[in-house]
Amino acid sequence: MAMTDQAPRFVNRADQKLWFERIPAPWWALAVVLLFLPVVANNFWLFQVMGWTFILGMIGLSLMFLAGYGGMVSLLQMSIAGMAGYMVAILGNSGTVTVSLGLAWWIVLPAAFLIAALFATISGALAVRTEGIYTIMITLAIAAAFFYFTRQNYTIFNGYSGFNLVLPPQLFGVNWRDPVPFYYLSLALAALSYGAVVYVSRSPFGLALQGVRDNPRRMAALGFNVTAHRVAAYALASVFASAGGILLVWQNAQIAPGTIGMSAAIDVLVVAVVGGMRRPLGPFIGAFIYVILQVFSPDILGFFGFSADRFKLIIGLGFLAIVLFSPDGVLGLWDRWRARRRQQQDQKTGGGVA
Amino acid sequence: MNAPVTPPRPVALGQSHVSAGNALELRGITKMFGALAAISDVTLSVRPGERRAVLGSNGAGKTTLFNCITGDFLPTAGLIRFFGEDVTLFPPHERIRRGLRRTYQISSLFAGLSVIDNVYLACRGVSRNRFSLIRPRRDDALVHAAETLVEAVHLTAEKDRLVGELAYGQQRQLEIALALSGAPRFILFDEPAAGLSPTERRDLVSILTTLPSHIGYIIIEHDMDVALRVVESVTMMHNGRIFKEGRPEEIEDDPEVQELYLGGGHE
Repeated sequence: MAMTDQAPRFVNRADQKLWFERIPAPWWALAVVLLFLPVVANNFWLFQVMGWTFILGMIGLSLMFLAGYGGMVSLLQMSIAGMAGYMVAILGNSGTVTVSLGLAWWIVLPAAFLIAALFATISGALAVRTEGIYTIMITLAIAAAFFYFTRQNYTIFNGYSGFNLVLPPQLFGVNWRDPVPFYYLSLALAALSYGAVVYVSRSPFGLALQGVRDNPRRMAALGFNVTAHRVAAYALASVFASAGGILLVWQNAQIAPGTIGMSAAIDVLVVAVVGGMRRPLGPFIGAFIYVILQVFSPDILGFFGFSADRFKLIIGLGFLAIVLFSPDGVLGLWDRWRARRRQQQDQKTGGGVA
Repeated sequence: MNAPVTPPRPVALGQSHVSAGNALELRGITKMFGALAAISDVTLSVRPGERRAVLGSNGAGKTTLFNCITGDFLPTAGLIRFFGEDVTLFPPHERIRRGLRRTYQISSLFAGLSVIDNVYLACRGVSRNRFSLIRPRRDDALVHAAETLVEAVHLTAEKDRLVGELAYGQQRQLEIALALSGAPRFILFDEPAAGLSPTERRDLVSILTTLPSHIGYIIIEHDMDVALRVVESVTMMHNGRIFKEGRPEEIEDDPEVQELYLGGGHE
């Protein structure tokens, strides 16, 4: 890390390596697997399973950024993603020509990010004056209000039916909705978002946000404007949610109030909690587990003679188990398992901390 | 019998009887919690570079006084000037940016961050680019400042450890490093010696007495051996009021003070 390796006498060899040498081997393996997945995986896996995992992971990542670093649990992230998705449909092209403005993609995309950021900033400004359960309540209330608004407003949001035939622009002559291009597009955006969160977590703003999480009163006593930092965190997190929301609209080729309903809002929370909210990788792991369960549970449930609708039951039970046994998610389980194994090895070899 | 030593208070607060030369000037500070006056009518002035102890039994209002000075509480009545500027209604961070610092009686740190990150945040809080998304470079001036401070409070060996894992005494030392960050002009120490071992107390006295002479402070401390060795003036508080001010040796020998504070004799 850039700032923990300063004093000369504590510099060890790991810090003198180049940046790519410091990335551990498992990460390289994961990168190779993800990059060459289209060679072996079929379109269903690339487009449905992995595409959806990256999208849900990015929206979960925006929640992880707020909750894990800022201590603010927001149920609003799906609405922010939905706002960006809606803006792409409304400002750009869709099957609903009476509403959609049909502007060029280079206007539509920045505008979608900006409007979603504005929505997040205003909602954040309302939510950050509360703590804990009240933050959850306020963000839930805003999410519910936005859901009902989109369902009842026909002049802008086209009400119950929403928008269909929302397609990505044909940039560089590529149809980005084809499985392989879409896979790489969502992989690239997910990797960028992940990298951005990791990088920002060690920046002055990211550290300050973690300070606000640990001790807001002391942060004020150190000269920080705590409220401004919290609101800014909402604005920054909206970027990751918006990217996920825009990909979601392109993947489904449609958006409707159901996309941003209460169950979708709670799914984002489930994804982040199951994966683990302490680290940016957590939401992606949670999203992968969620998508795999969602996609394959009908077959398994059918095999045992249950209705496929019972998929939510499996998710719910898994969520309960995680919350009960590993409040920091699957990543937390993994960390503890590794720590215990290292301890056992130390005892066997008789060595201390190597 | 015990006439307060405080000078008569000018009534019209708008008139500038305040000598701009004072680091900290409190006039008529009162803080009510419901019907209870935690502090009432406290008037106090401290010169730049002056070191003063505020003594008094538990519940005398010492920490409430600190909370009013830093802006954690707004006083019910009264005026606070910091280097001549009226900061009575300023939010805490604005006061801190003007050079006021404090430590907390119960360590108030960032348990999920490392020692160096705690101090770095303290340095960053009083400088520009608090919202920067760019990671600091290896030769960043604030990173160096943070390391110097970590060394000043003898924590270099622990700098990458999470603060939540530190021993109690080390957390107290870190508290002081946080208060020394940036360019402090005046520091409020709230019982810095509480819970420290005799050795750690000696360290604390040496840290306090070697502070640059332009930095003044007020220290709340129950340990007279620490308090009276690091200050040049003492203010005694009782039941939310100031009842005596003087030099350390005067206070130490004062029979009333001994009656009220040092010995038993609580009413």
